[in-house]
Amino acid sequence: MANLLDTLLQGTLLGGRYALMAIGLSLAFGVMRLVNVAHGDFIVLAAYLALVTVNALGLHPLSALLIVVPAMAMLGYAVQRGLLNRAIGRDIMPALLITFGLSVIIQNSLLEVFSADSRRLQAGNLSSTGVSFADGISMGWFPLMTLATAALTIGGLEQFFRRSRLGRAFRAVSDDPEIVQLMGYDPRHVHALAMAVAFATVGIAGTFFGIGTIFDPALGPPQLLFAFEAVIIGGMGSLWGTLAGSMVLGIAQAIGFRIDPGWGILFGHAAFLIILAVRPQGLFPRTRDA
Amino acid sequence: MTLLLETRGLTAFYGDFQALYGIDFEVATGEVVAIIGANGAGKSTFLRSLVGLVKSAGEGIRFGGAGIESLPAHVIARLGMALVPEGRRLFPSLSVEENLAIGADQAGEGPWTLASVYDLFPMLRERRTAPATALSGGQQQMVAIGRALMGNPRLLLCDELSLGLAPAAVRNIYAVFPQIRAAGAAIVLVEQDVGQAMRAADRLYCFQEGRVSLTGRAGALSREQISQAYFGLH
Ligand SMILES: Nc1ncnc2c1ncn2[C@@H]1O[C@H](COP(=O)(O)OP(=O)(O)OP(=O)(O)O)[C@@H](O)[C@H]1O
Ligand SMILES: [Mg+2]
Repeated sequence: MANLLDTLLQGTLLGGRYALMAIGLSLAFGVMRLVNVAHGDFIVLAAYLALVTVNALGLHPLSALLIVVPAMAMLGYAVQRGLLNRAIGRDIMPALLITFGLSVIIQNSLLEVFSADSRRLQAGNLSSTGVSFADGISMGWFPLMTLATAALTIGGLEQFFRRSRLGRAFRAVSDDPEIVQLMGYDPRHVHALAMAVAFATVGIAGTFFGIGTIFDPALGPPQLLFAFEAVIIGGMGSLWGTLAGSMVLGIAQAIGFRIDPGWGILFGHAAFLIILAVRPQGLFPRTRDA
Repeated sequence: MTLLLETRGLTAFYGDFQALYGIDFEVATGEVVAIIGANGAGKSTFLRSLVGLVKSAGEGIRFGGAGIESLPAHVIARLGMALVPEGRRLFPSLSVEENLAIGADQAGEGPWTLASVYDLFPMLRERRTAPATALSGGQQQMVAIGRALMGNPRLLLCDELSLGLAPAAVRNIYAVFPQIRAAGAAIVLVEQDVGQAMRAADRLYCFQEGRVSLTGRAGALSREQISQAYFGLH
């Protein structure tokens, strides 16, 4: 019983990690129907940006968020406005190719500048302390914080989408990028702002990623894979769905890991494939524009 | 009366296909002008050229005295030109009220607000929180008109408001046109229903295969003239 509870708990915490990484991918797909193949590499890039900030200013990694998040948001605006706006449309292939190219460029640049050595953001005892409950169940503070950050970010974004003028414009441009022009909105600008918001979350995800694990320039693609699986399981275009999908993925991996440490990742992929087979639209697809 | 909109020799292409062959067209401030014509005559293309959704050539388009043919659509919208597009094109993810409100986001002050649009179409007030696409066709058309009015346009372009609607719904919609007109906007109506167009408009243009085949005051044109211009019978 304690075992089962512990497995569910660890799976949920792992899900929180994936959720934080999947938000930006889910958002870019929801607003622009764009799958950013370089998403994982931008997460790793943000981790390095946090590292540089920490080293240069002697900050705690969490304080580095104050610089990493706005910097990533600006990068997101620039990437969308300068590059990806040309590539979105009915055909998803151009965007896949361009972001694949970005992925290669980012990995190689990071390798060139930082070498292949593993790094980590030092967060003092935050990464090593936690709380143990009675019967062998324990939980680290940092994973809990990651989960809480993911849930709060998603909750905040949902409110923003529902209540703010810009959030409304994001939904409208997603519905019909031609007609929003008649409302005086430049869709290229709105798309770039949406990517700025997505990249702000990438900045958060990258900083947490760098605190939680040792990283090197090659770790982008696996993060993309987990984020992508979480988005698909949850249903494209829904942020709460992405949170749920991340939980499914995390718990499946935790169960696999409990049975045999080598099976964790495999169980996650199996859960993804099963959901894809029985419910291709995902758990909570956005049905409004069916 | 001052000229609000003027086109001279306006042409439009879809790739190699030419849809408009030199349209000369005028609207004065406060005027209601109808465009009639058969399927494929180029009516929608003409309206989409005016708002910048289709890029056009020719001597260009003057709106409020300034050439606008090279401006992007979102800038033209902010100058005070609004289109109720063919097929309504409401935002499915937005509620009725959000569909209306977004029309005012980038626009200036004027007679039209949420309150005055709800006064114009009272049934929309009751359905304000419903998803826009959950409404009946006639009510959706009201939302589309309201959304365009929320931008407080100087010129309101309407593309086939009656398309796919029951006759009663069409009457309800045209019944509010005097109020829209009284609030100050000039109106261009594209209609397949010639009778409706003649009743609502001061002047009429008939399009045929990308050209203006007839123009004149609505009351001064005979039925024979119109059917000849409409169908191209000689
Ligand atoms: N996106 C497009 N691509 C290519 N050709 C088009 C496109 N839209 C319209 N056309 C063509 O341009 C011509 C004019 O079409 P348009 O839609 O302007 O006509 P219309 O007068 O509005 O007709 P309807 O009464 O059916 O709405 C038609 O021959 C049509 O087939
Ligand atoms: Mg048409």
